Amino acid sequence: MSAQATIERDGLDELLAALGRRGFELIGPTVRDGAIVYDEIASSDDLPGGWTDEQDGGSYRLRRRDDEALFGYAVGPQSWKRFLHPPELKLWRARRGEDGALEVSEEADDSPTYAFIGVRSCELHAIAIQDRVMMDGEYPDPFYRARREGAFIVAVNCTVAGGTCFCVSMETGPRAESGYDLALTEVIEDGRHYFVCEGGSERGAELIAELPRGEAGPAELGAAEAGVARAAADQGRTMETAGIKELLYDNYEHPRWDEVSERCLTCGNCTMVCPTCFCTTVEDASDLSGETAERTRRWDSCFTMDFSYIHGGSVRATSKSRYRQWMTHKLATWIDQFGTSGCVGCGRCITWCPVAIDITEEVAAIRASDGLGANDGERERGEGDGADADD
Amino acid sequence: MAPMRTIDEVLAELPTFAGLDPAYLEFIAGCGANRVFEAGAYLAHEGDPADTFFVVRHGRVALEVEAPGKGALMIATLGEGTVVGWSWLFSPYRWSFDARALEMTRTVVFDGACLRGKCEQDKSLGYELMQRFAAIMLERLQATRLQLLDVYGAPAAG
Amino acid sequence: MAHPLPAEATAAAGPMVPRPFRVAAKRREAADTWTLALEPADGGPVPAFRPGQFNMLYAFGVGEVPISISGDPAGEGPLEHTVREVGPVSAAICRARPGEQLGVRGPFGSSWPLEAAAGRHVVVVAGGIGLAPLRPALLEALARRDRLAGLVLLCGGRTPEQLLFRSQLEQWGEDPRLELGVTVDSAESGWLGQVGVVTTLIGDASFDPARAVAYVVGPEVMMRFTIEALLARGMEASDVHISVERNMKCAVTHCGRCQFGPTFACREGPVMSFAAIERFFRVREV
Repeated sequence: MSAQATIERDGLDELLAALGRRGFELIGPTVRDGAIVYDEIASSDDLPGGWTDEQDGGSYRLRRRDDEALFGYAVGPQSWKRFLHPPELKLWRARRGEDGALEVSEEADDSPTYAFIGVRSCELHAIAIQDRVMMDGEYPDPFYRARREGAFIVAVNCTVAGGTCFCVSMETGPRAESGYDLALTEVIEDGRHYFVCEGGSERGAELIAELPRGEAGPAELGAAEAGVARAAADQGRTMETAGIKELLYDNYEHPRWDEVSERCLTCGNCTMVCPTCFCTTVEDASDLSGETAERTRRWDSCFTMDFSYIHGGSVRATSKSRYRQWMTHKLATWIDQFGTSGCVGCGRCITWCPVAIDITEEVAAIRASDGLGANDGERERGEGDGADADD
Repeated sequence: MAPMRTIDEVLAELPTFAGLDPAYLEFIAGCGANRVFEAGAYLAHEGDPADTFFVVRHGRVALEVEAPGKGALMIATLGEGTVVGWSWLFSPYRWSFDARALEMTRTVVFDGACLRGKCEQDKSLGYELMQRFAAIMLERLQATRLQLLDVYGAPAAG
Repeated sequence: MAHPLPAEATAAAGPMVPRPFRVAAKRREAADTWTLALEPADGGPVPAFRPGQFNMLYAFGVGEVPISISGDPAGEGPLEHTVREVGPVSAAICRARPGEQLGVRGPFGSSWPLEAAAGRHVVVVAGGIGLAPLRPALLEALARRDRLAGLVLLCGGRTPEQLLFRSQLEQWGEDPRLELGVTVDSAESGWLGQVGVVTTLIGDASFDPARAVAYVVGPEVMMRFTIEALLARGMEASDVHISVERNMKCAVTHCGRCQFGPTFACREGPVMSFAAIERFFRVREV
């Protein structure tokens, strides 16, 4: 990490312009339809200056701040996966040639090289998690790699915690540690509006060197630290993660799954807003003449009946099994598959669940009565009858 | 040719009669006689009075049910060392299926009516036989249930 | 100093792109089941495979499904796939005629651990179409029969007409290197074989459970009861291997659909040791 510097609020536009000159397409937060979403931005005017969000289970509202902070909110319904792992992607096209020959032509992916502005620490972790899913292993996804490799990341250290945030519990924030080209911490104090800025890569440092900047002395660094500390202290939720994998592995038959499934609509909102959910479907279709066909990949959700369909029925027919699949994958089996938790504590699933199901609450409930849902064999081994939860 | 085992010996080897008091074994053996069925011959017909049961020494027996327009449908085949027939123990004492030898089959046929009488007098023997035949039925029931599942059947249109 | 230009087309042959293969031969196994032999139509080599692996077969404009390779892994000719018609894609594949082309991706997945079976009894239990992914293992086991203590094949099916590879089964019935047991769930008069579920064959099969490995494939219910019967006979859970079937779209661990607990059926499976997944196997709808 290179030495820190300060950039005044208007200097941010210099930063964005410099990225534009380098050929990056800028994507950043902006207000639309009552939410803060990620879209193309041209300048800092497009950022949600003076806005904050109020988030809780099943609830999201924007509210005006009493200052003009550009990053004074948590995260909205979207995440950067819509650019790196897009909702719809044409994989290839095929033609039936003469004598029925199958001719497949690969699709050009003409997505631009992105600069992501305002990436939070939890999102950096989510991107790293998806990097592992999509690029590690024997069959790296060339589309993901192409979009990922060139992307420039301007991170922002949170100074405002969201109502459903628990990055501290998941050890994914609020301070960005790595995975960015440069990181900004916004400070508004004593009439001055500036950013403490530090490089996280060679090209990030190069960019900073081009900008009008000042020194980041102890006062500035202290103010930035205080902001981040506030975000860490104001977390809306917590999740105890010690032994969580075994906890969930041991409780597949816990009655809590029945309870939560009575509320869950299997709408799949959680999977759409979650920055690490990666599941997809593949659609093969041909045109009316039957001469050309194409294959498209689309986001899918483990909450659909289709997801686990094998001849004649779904393996996970009940909403209970589908909710359990989502939660145990996110928090437990993901660890065995990819070496980390799949959850980054961003709280989106809690905010955007129409019935306010709270993953942190579900974990706590199972933890509080661990063993109540011991898988059959274990319950028979030495549990006695009616053993209560403290045993 | 090796000397054929006696009926006592055949019974003693059957898991079904394992642990049965030797005196009872001897009595049951006394109710038995060797009988051979040519391939295709019937051991019993559905609806016949069930006064006998068989132990297959060698060969194979099919349990069948005759369905109009479909001919005989095989429900199960029973081979060497198995017991064929339990309806002799339970009212109304009638065979519920056809039993037919698929190949030349050597059996021991037991006089079920005689055994039933003895069970009435000696409840202890009755209990032993009930237990053992119930175990056979349980095993057959489990297997039949699996057959009913038609696990290899074409999946329902989805 | 790097100034990247907007990204160029970069979809270099990704793992989702199928290779064109031609139907070289076609054979009917049962009323709704066909074996298709596929050879590359692009001039490239026939890919090598291990017994138990599968390919994703694509029918133009209809879709793609995972199909086990059912032929001889030591062979050099076209790849055999045995397909049962259960939906629109498999139906389209079954309709393909010799000379027509299908898309092929693969082979994918794990394989039967025959190398570890040296000196042991190999007990193969196949239910219905399950015999298809087991056939390569049987062919390889027969080829190295002198390294095994014994080889048993127990086959279950719905009716005699629905048994697969019937002429091969007949040959194997005469082959002294292999002990064969065949049974069907129901049969009409005239069938001289056994009637009853495949688990009824396990008790009488000749193998030493302490020195045996078992490979089991069939409908999941059949596999559950077969595993129970094998364990009841004294086998270790780590010596029983099954092939798990799940929804698959990508076969490269990216679509997420084939997950079975922590395992991806397309990578840690489809062949898995029962001990490895026992914990999840017993959970309904996992």
